[in-house]
Amino acid sequence: MSVTATPTGTPVTAPPPGRPARARDRHHRGAGRWIVLAVVTVGALLMLVPFAFMLLNAFKPPGQYSTEGPLSWPSEFYTEGLRAYWTQVDFPLKLWNSTLIAGSVAVLAVVVSLLNAYALGIGRVRGRLWIVGLFLLANMLPQESLVYPLYYFAKEVGLYNTRLVVIIIFTVIQSAFGTYLLASVLGTFPRGLLEAAALDGAGTWTVLWRVVLPNVRPTLAVLLVFFFIWTWNEFLIPLVMLIDNQTQTIPVALASLQGDRLMDAPTTNAGALISLVPAIVFFLIFQRTLSRGITVGAEK
Amino acid sequence: MAASDTLAAADRAAPDHGTRRRRRGGDATYWLYLVPGTVLFVLVIGGPLLFTGYLSLTRWSGVGDPTFVGLENYQRLWTDEVFWTSFRNTLAMIVAMVVAPTVVGLVLAALLFDTIGRRFRPRTAAALRAAFYLPQVLPVVVAGIVWGWILRPDGALNGALDAIGLGALRHDWLGDPDTALPAVMGVMIWVQIGYPVVVFMAALQRVDPELYEAAELDGAGWWHRFRAITLPQIRPETFVVALTCTIAAMKVFGPIYALTRGGPENATNVPSYFAYFTFFKKLQVGYGSAISTVLTLIIVVVALLFIRAQSRAERRDGGL
Repeated sequence: MSVTATPTGTPVTAPPPGRPARARDRHHRGAGRWIVLAVVTVGALLMLVPFAFMLLNAFKPPGQYSTEGPLSWPSEFYTEGLRAYWTQVDFPLKLWNSTLIAGSVAVLAVVVSLLNAYALGIGRVRGRLWIVGLFLLANMLPQESLVYPLYYFAKEVGLYNTRLVVIIIFTVIQSAFGTYLLASVLGTFPRGLLEAAALDGAGTWTVLWRVVLPNVRPTLAVLLVFFFIWTWNEFLIPLVMLIDNQTQTIPVALASLQGDRLMDAPTTNAGALISLVPAIVFFLIFQRTLSRGITVGAEK
Repeated sequence: MAASDTLAAADRAAPDHGTRRRRRGGDATYWLYLVPGTVLFVLVIGGPLLFTGYLSLTRWSGVGDPTFVGLENYQRLWTDEVFWTSFRNTLAMIVAMVVAPTVVGLVLAALLFDTIGRRFRPRTAAALRAAFYLPQVLPVVVAGIVWGWILRPDGALNGALDAIGLGALRHDWLGDPDTALPAVMGVMIWVQIGYPVVVFMAALQRVDPELYEAAELDGAGWWHRFRAITLPQIRPETFVVALTCTIAAMKVFGPIYALTRGGPENATNVPSYFAYFTFFKKLQVGYGSAISTVLTLIIVVVALLFIRAQSRAERRDGGL
């Protein structure tokens, strides 16, 4: 997609702005905007093509797939692929594992982030800039630089192949980002509110729950959704830590079936399709939470 | 990821704390709130990071005691063809995950916002934006698996080429060392493009519409408005997108695992897959740790360079 789309009818190598250029701009604008719309729409449709392939082949009999190819319209509504994936992978269990891990991480990481950020942003403890910088760097680390020691320690303490160890690890990784973000949000917290509460004799614990928490709830909601989605999509550490059917998450289960001879085209596509459904549901929730967070912020 | 624009905004909004009067009560009680976070941080991030650094100086298979070998692993890295290939491929990933999405994203966001959003209904722009964003909500491994199937010899791409009479172009896209890397790059562009589009469109919301109207009245064409208004106005977001995407590109693992496992003949190998493979398939923990440590150091340096460039740019703007 190059810029040659010449939006609004002005050539890319625009002549110096002057009267003739303006006149032509006006003149061509009607057609130009339709060209822009057409080009962008074609681009958007191209983005959707893989999803269309997925839908078209998830419910097509494998025999038809091998004779007529991936573009043919399904001759019947074939659900065996979906059923095979559902039972082989034990999808409900994987869905529960993913939800349990991502949900626990989201809640715990928000709590840890809030406690850290309270000390850093409101308490302004000494050396806070260094501490925040450390959290920011931790957020950028490649997980490869942590994964082997984590794997080894988890084996030593008997937490290997448990959902708990993945929950603990991602609580810390996500809260590194949460601390960084919340510490700067709380750095702008109105001091008047804090001082009024302190005059009333409220301790730091009471101030946190009665004054700070209610005010940052929209930000926490946004963080909660981000943590959930990020953890849901995580791959390396769950791949290393979770090795059997009882504990694996959806992405790990799907990836470990890859290349299996039972994974014919309909099974692969049905599997990908159904693994996509929860992601789309969160996407919708996420959009609502995010816009709510933004509006609440704007009202203040 | 998309939170980073919020983050940048929050950062900009943060006032200088240094001059504020310290509240009564002092530091002491607040330290207690850092205790759980610090303990967890040391156990899960600090400790393992240092341990990986130590392991990079040893030879170890994961059982028994590590043997200290000094810088031997790093010397081996220096002459390891695969190591250099994997870092060269990182550059390709940066092109596919940072350069292309940012450039295309800027133009798309400007077209969606400036042309389609204003000359058609805003809902049209929102629907188009959603189409570009959709791949971002897909778990990246699922995206890899779907594309892996599309690019298979009997997959949808070859089927589509047959259907439009270009059957001569049929190819084993991921199986041929010459086409595997470009194919993976194409997939990554598809995955990544929605992120800058969404962030830049959100950023454009806060640009004063009067700027555009005034420029238009002065006869500035679309390209002039794009260069004179859009680009400078959303530079902070461009920095954040470039930084977060560059780091993501240097760490990319899931899509490589799902698409090619680094093959064929290491044509698509990247440092994180190389490290994973060395740790868990070859059981060379010391060597894997050395790869991870080098990757970590490069990421930290790149991040610091970015942040320095950003604060310089901000200072320059402030001076104007």
